[in-house]
Amino acid sequence: MLKHIVPGIQNVGHRVIESIWRLGRASRFFILVLLKSGTSLRRFNLVIRELYFTGVLSLIIIVVSGLFVGMVLGLQGYETLQKYGSESAVGTLVALSLVRELGPVVAALLFASRAGSAITAEIGLMKATEQLAAMGMMAVDPIARVVAPRFWAGVISMPFLAAMFSVMGVFGGYLVTVVFIGVDEGSYWSQMQSAVDFRFDILNGFIKSCFFGVAVTAIAVFEGYDAPPTAEGVSGATTRTVVTSSLAILGLDFILTAFMFRGVS
Amino acid sequence: MTPETLIEVKDLNFSYDTRAILKGIHMTMPRGKVIAIMGGSGSGKTTLLRLISGAIQPTSGYVKFAGQIVHELDRDALFKLRRKMGMLFQFGALFTDLSVFDNVAFQIREHTNLPESMIRDLVLMKLHAVGLRGAHHLMPAELSGGMARRVALARSIALDPTLIMYDEPFTGLDPISLSVIGNLIRRLTDALGMTSIVVTHDVQESLKIVDYVYFIADGVIAAQGTPSEVRDSVAPFVHQFVHGEEDGPVPFHYPAQAYQKDLNLEDTFA
Repeated sequence: MLKHIVPGIQNVGHRVIESIWRLGRASRFFILVLLKSGTSLRRFNLVIRELYFTGVLSLIIIVVSGLFVGMVLGLQGYETLQKYGSESAVGTLVALSLVRELGPVVAALLFASRAGSAITAEIGLMKATEQLAAMGMMAVDPIARVVAPRFWAGVISMPFLAAMFSVMGVFGGYLVTVVFIGVDEGSYWSQMQSAVDFRFDILNGFIKSCFFGVAVTAIAVFEGYDAPPTAEGVSGATTRTVVTSSLAILGLDFILTAFMFRGVS
Repeated sequence: MTPETLIEVKDLNFSYDTRAILKGIHMTMPRGKVIAIMGGSGSGKTTLLRLISGAIQPTSGYVKFAGQIVHELDRDALFKLRRKMGMLFQFGALFTDLSVFDNVAFQIREHTNLPESMIRDLVLMKLHAVGLRGAHHLMPAELSGGMARRVALARSIALDPTLIMYDEPFTGLDPISLSVIGNLIRRLTDALGMTSIVVTHDVQESLKIVDYVYFIADGVIAAQGTPSEVRDSVAPFVHQFVHGEEDGPVPFHYPAQAYQKDLNLEDTFA
């Protein structure tokens, strides 16, 4: 009996110790990236190049998804609200759902699978093909030259992508409810305008997307840099980036929402 | 340590956890020579290069490069030292997102403030030296294995280093590329007054171009000498290695229990 239990406990212990080690390595790495960000800020063209790859190339998926999410919100919102005769409030429903929650969260989830995985795979492959080691041998720090620009590009793109998602969603809601169903255009916009508060809704959504941007990109660069330099290593790291950052986004979202909207109607 | 000595390795030990990789290595590498480090796979050759470049720390002993003990340097001093070193990785390790031109220009751009016109001239000169001036606009994915290795060579000499280390430069090359790389190593070493360390197990090609050979086996220097001494050596290990014999001091069979026992034939032949 004991023969079977002891290895099991050992196994659990080993995994716990291993994950605490990893967490420690990740924190140390994160601090290193921040400390070595000087190069990225001095030579901002390094960041601009990455902004194109992480930000601009993520636009299509963000725009299309935002449009469809807004359209679905409009449809569902109208279905429910018209039962109570308040279909004119559909604009408020669409805008608040997007700006407070869906914009930052869904955009971040899409960003994690589109850009986060790409960052991990790229850095992991650079490590596996000794490009990072070669850079170190040329007296160029790979964290400053490769990791930090990608990190900052991700952090900068995320709020813009989330904003883009919300804008497209509001437009999608407008298309479905006003153009197709025929809700009054004036009340769609004016109700939205009076209900959406800049401080509580837009600013809080923006803060959320900043947190998500830092979390997703930090996880992505760490997983890439920490990946075993083999094909399986890189593929495992890419999967972990998507899984870990999705969970981080949802967990952070709950915490941030609890702090931001407590007692706000 | 005389001024002619560039690298001095003294009583160098290195272990991963408890496994000893290098055990008490002594080496002296004079300036302007091509030195080969040979040995079977997993004998600690690449580890030695990593110790010379300061990528890892020795368990005991030291590597002295141009009078400085490498593992005692702090990060900034180490990076300063590495500007005098070039390294050619096994498969070139070119930056896949940069063109051939930008790969060679990388170090110059990172470490100097030279104007772009001068960088252009320098890069084209380096590429010309390896015969690939015409390929400056290509991406690494468009190069053959031998060309990629030559571009990497041009990249590692971009800042005229004192020392170049080659990690298995001959692996996976066709005979023509093989001798092109071999001759380039010799020519560039002489023309630029560098010192070269070639880690390899390609005996025939490297004996043609090197000045001195160290054999590493099981973490110690098993033999050393000039190419002609090595060719004529009667030491069993060197003889086996140079002539590529299947069995000898390095056995063909991985240690195992008796063959008959493994096949459960003991009773039959008892």
